[in-house]
Formats: sequence, structure tokens, C-alpha cells
Amino acid sequence: MNFANLSFDFGVGITLHTYLVLSAALFCIGLVAVLARRNAILVLVGIELMLSAANINFIAFWRFGAHPEEMVGVLFALFSIAVAAGEAAVGLALIILVYRHYKTINPSQFRSLNG
Amino acid sequence: MNSPLFFLSYFVLSALVLVTAMAAVSFRNLVHCGLSLAFAFLALGAFYILLGAEFLGFVQILVYVGAVAVLIMFVILLAKPGVEERRWGWRDLVGRFAGVGVSLAVFLALLISVFRSPSLAVKAPEAPVFSIAVLGEKLVTEYVLPLQATGLLLTVAVLAAVIFASQEVTKK
Repeated sequence: MNFANLSFDFGVGITLHTYLVLSAALFCIGLVAVLARRNAILVLVGIELMLSAANINFIAFWRFGAHPEEMVGVLFALFSIAVAAGEAAVGLALIILVYRHYKTINPSQFRSLNG
Repeated sequence: MNSPLFFLSYFVLSALVLVTAMAAVSFRNLVHCGLSLAFAFLALGAFYILLGAEFLGFVQILVYVGAVAVLIMFVILLAKPGVEERRWGWRDLVGRFAGVGVSLAVFLALLISVFRSPSLAVKAPEAPVFSIAVLGEKLVTEYVLPLQATGLLLTVAVLAAVIFASQEVTKK
């Protein structure tokens, strides 16, 4: 049986919808981490997951869009990855700083920011 | 883009992304969270390659798995309380349920808005057109200003991270 030529569609096949649903699910997993975990590092992990969901959207719209040869979606995702890396570095440095001061990384314990 | 092999890899990869991402935000032990996060980023890189953006997939693996996940692991190992404390006040519980509820509401709203726009139900055009040469050319001609701005931003971010992390502990 020639596997590659076996053509079947799950109804409509893989459309842009499926990618958008995947990215929405990933975004909401990140949102759960940001809103429901009591740990600053996991909040940062959640933000990274949400940024990755945005990247999936950029690439999916690039792939399915009208002018893929313009590469706009890929370039946007590239810049987004760079900015996310910088954000992770600064955020983790801030977490270390706050941990040294408060001896905890539970965000609800960060009651005051001065001194 | 409609061969069974593509379907198979699509579903396996998306399940892997979702499961590892869920694991990364739900483990109690932070080291397990960091490892699951690295796997989630790896699966995302594979997903980008599947979508036809090979270069971006490799950038994702280099930057996220190689740098961000390793950085997060370092911070997890530096900040000693690697396991979340088990005491739960009612305030924590309310906060957790509210957080999950808000996330589910956002997910439903996104789903409804995605499925109510029929113009999104398009199939991908055949033959991916990814070319690194075009990408590089655009990066240094049309997008040279954002490129420089990103470089400046990364420099400032690295300097800020070093300055933050090397500060002495302030006296209480």
C-alpha cells in the first residue's frame, strides 16, 4: 500500500482553523499559569507560552495568507522570538533580585516595592 | 499538505505541544516544570518546521531550548524553594479557580470568534516558499530599522540583567 498517495480528508482537512485553535489552547494554558500559579518563575513560563502561541499565529497566517513570498509573518515571528528572549533575561534577573530581598518567589507576597 | 503522514505528524506534534505545555504549568516540582517547558519548545520548533518555516524552527530550538529554557532552569536551581508550599488559604483557592475560569472563558471566546469567521477555513497553498536568502535580504534592507532596534533592545536587556543580578542585597 502506497502510504503517501493514500488520500483521505478528515472532513475539511487541515485548515487555518486548526492552527488557530491550537494557538488559542496554548495561549490559555499560559494564561492559567499567569493567573493561577503562586510562583513568579511559572508566571514567566506562562508569558513565554503565550508569546509562542502568538508566534504560531504569525506563522500560520504567513503560511495560509495571500502573499507568503513577502515573508512578513516569518520576520514578525523572528523579531518576536528575539524580544521574548530579552524579556526572559530581564524577568529572570528581576525574579532573582526579588528572591534575594524577600526570600520567596510567591508573587502575592511582594507587598511593597520600595527599599 | 494533505497526505496522511502530514496529518499524523500534525496531530502528534500538536498533542505533544499541548501536553508538555500543560505539564510545564501544572507540576509542583519546578525542575519538572522546566524540563517540560524545554520539551514544549522543542515540539513547537518541530511544529514550525512542519508549517514550512524551517529556519524559524531552528531559531526556536536554538533560542528557546538552548537559551531560555536553560536560563529558566538555572533560576529554578538558584531560587531554592523548588517545590511550591502546600498550605492553601481560601484566598489562594479563590485566586486559582478565578484564574482557571478566566482562562477557560478566554479560550471559549477565542474558539467562538475563530469558528464564526468562515473566511479562515482556507487550505494552505501548495509548495512552501520559504527562502533564507529572501529573508536575509529583507532583514538588511526593508527591515533594517527594526533589526537595529532589536539589537539595541537585546544589548540593554543583557546589561540590565547583569546589573540586576549583580546588585548587593539591600539592607532591610
